[in-house]
Formats: sequence, C-alpha cells, structure tokens
Amino acid sequence: MTAGPTRRNTLPRGDAADSSRRPRNRPGSDTSNTIDADGPNTIEVDGRIVDLRNRSLAALLAWAVPGWGHFYQGRRTKAAIFFVVIMATWLSGFLIGGGNVVYASWQPGDRRWQFIPQAAVGLAAVPALIEGKRMNDYTDRRTGRTVAGYRPLFGGPMAPPYRPVGETTADQVADWYAARGAGYEMGTWYTIIAGLLNVLVIYDAFGGPSNTPISGPKRSRRRDAADEDPDGDPDAANAPTEDRGKPATTIGT
Amino acid sequence: MLTIGPTYVFYLLPLLIAVSVVFGATRRESPAEIVKHGWQTARWLIGFVLIIASVLAIVGWWRG
Repeated sequence: MTAGPTRRNTLPRGDAADSSRRPRNRPGSDTSNTIDADGPNTIEVDGRIVDLRNRSLAALLAWAVPGWGHFYQGRRTKAAIFFVVIMATWLSGFLIGGGNVVYASWQPGDRRWQFIPQAAVGLAAVPALIEGKRMNDYTDRRTGRTVAGYRPLFGGPMAPPYRPVGETTADQVADWYAARGAGYEMGTWYTIIAGLLNVLVIYDAFGGPSNTPISGPKRSRRRDAADEDPDGDPDAANAPTEDRGKPATTIGT
Repeated sequence: MLTIGPTYVFYLLPLLIAVSVVFGATRRESPAEIVKHGWQTARWLIGFVLIIASVLAIVGWWRG
C-alpha cells in the first residue's frame, strides 16, 4: 500500500520534527506488502515496525491499567512487562504501608500531594477518590471534624484519616506511622514511583519508545555515526547489531 | 550514613529493578535491547546512589 502526500501531511507536528519517531523504511527493507510504513501512527524501532493504532486511546488505556495500551497495540511482551512490574511495585507499596498510603485528601494539615503521582497508576487508585469524596461528605465544614456515623466504604484501605489532621497533633496518620514505621514511608514511595513509571509507559503508548542513549559510549557512537554520514539515519548506531541490514518486522497489525 | 539502618537498603533493590526494567522497556522494542538498556540503567543508578552515599558519608565523618 502506498501512502499519498495527504496521509503524510497528517503527521503530528512533534513527530515530524523528531526523526527518531518519524515513520520511515530502513534501507533494504520491504514493508510495502505488510504495512503502510508512512502512516501517521506507524513507527520503526530496533528494526521493528510498530503500529501505534489510535494513540490517544492507547494512552488512555495505558493510564487505566499499566500495559493495557500496549496490549491494544499488539506489543504484548511490553504489555506484560509493564503490568507485572508496575502493579507489583504499586501493590507492594500498598501492602507494606498497611493499605493506608494511598488516599485522596486536600485539607489543611493533610494536603496529600503524594496521591497525584499515585493516581497515575490508573483504575487501581480510583477507590481512593471515592473514599475521599465520602470523607468530605462526612466532614463538618465548620469544625473540620469527621462526623459520627462515618464508615469507610471498603473497610479502611484508601480511606483518608479521621479529621482533623495536623502537623503536630496525635491523629490517625501518626498511628499509621507508628504501626508501620519505615514501611509507611517506603510504601508511600513505592506507590509514587509506580505511578511515575506509568507516566513513562503512557508516553510510550502514545509516541513509541524515546530510544535515547543514556550514557557516554552509546551517545558518542551515535555522534560518530552522524559525523560520518550527516544525511544518514541518526538512529543507525542504536539499532541492534544483529538487526542491521535486516528487513523490519511488523508489530501490532 | 548507616543510621538509616539496612532495612532501607533492602527496600531499594525492588525499586532499582522496577525502574531499570520500565526505563529500558520504554526506550526499546526488542526484548534483548530492553534487557541491555535496563542493565545500563541499573548500573547508572547504582553508581549515582553510591556517589551520593559516599558524599554523605564523608560529610558525616568530617562533621564528626
């Protein structure tokens, strides 16, 4: 299938400017019978052609459940990696923190900014929003205290602490710290880092791998390749050695 | 430096693995390259942590 100029013009501006994600054919590869390699949602990385399909939908799915966006795109190995690693990290943190490290609250003395990165892990954090809303409904606006009759919906995990909560008062957060010690602190960090990692995964589902060398030797090799062949493929030095010169394989079609 | 206790060091290991694997997998597509990139990331992180820990240990020793 041959892509016409109109199709090429639909490339997002950012992708058009970034050669590492610009759709292209490798020299010697024949993709004409397998995929529209010039399509706006098709990229080539590590000698593989990847169809990102509906990128916005993939990003949304990647937020909802880590790895779901990649599964939708047919990148199943990466989907499994992301799901297992991120959910294991998030759940480990949740458990070693006693189930109380993920909660939504924005009250004086308890502005839980940690929930923002924690929520990047998707649907797993949604019960915290429901519990937070319920706690707000059961908070006396005049005194800032939790009123009698409040019961957490899910038995306690992801429910905000009883109010008021203060920096210097003995409240429920202090009880949680006392009960878990380092576990509460580390559980909070585990869940935060799991959420932040899922931000990378969402980006990967939307735009494909950033494919950036992280340290000296690879970066200098890439620079050398660019010096030798200014018009060549800037990612050629990054291609897996065993894949150089081989036709690209297709994923996600 | 050791006042934090060895417990925190053990907490670091799963995070190191998780960050390295996800970092590698968001930058590569082939499994072999993911492992390679993940390993490089892990080495970089360990080096970074050791440098920071060394600086803190020296500062702690110097301040008595």
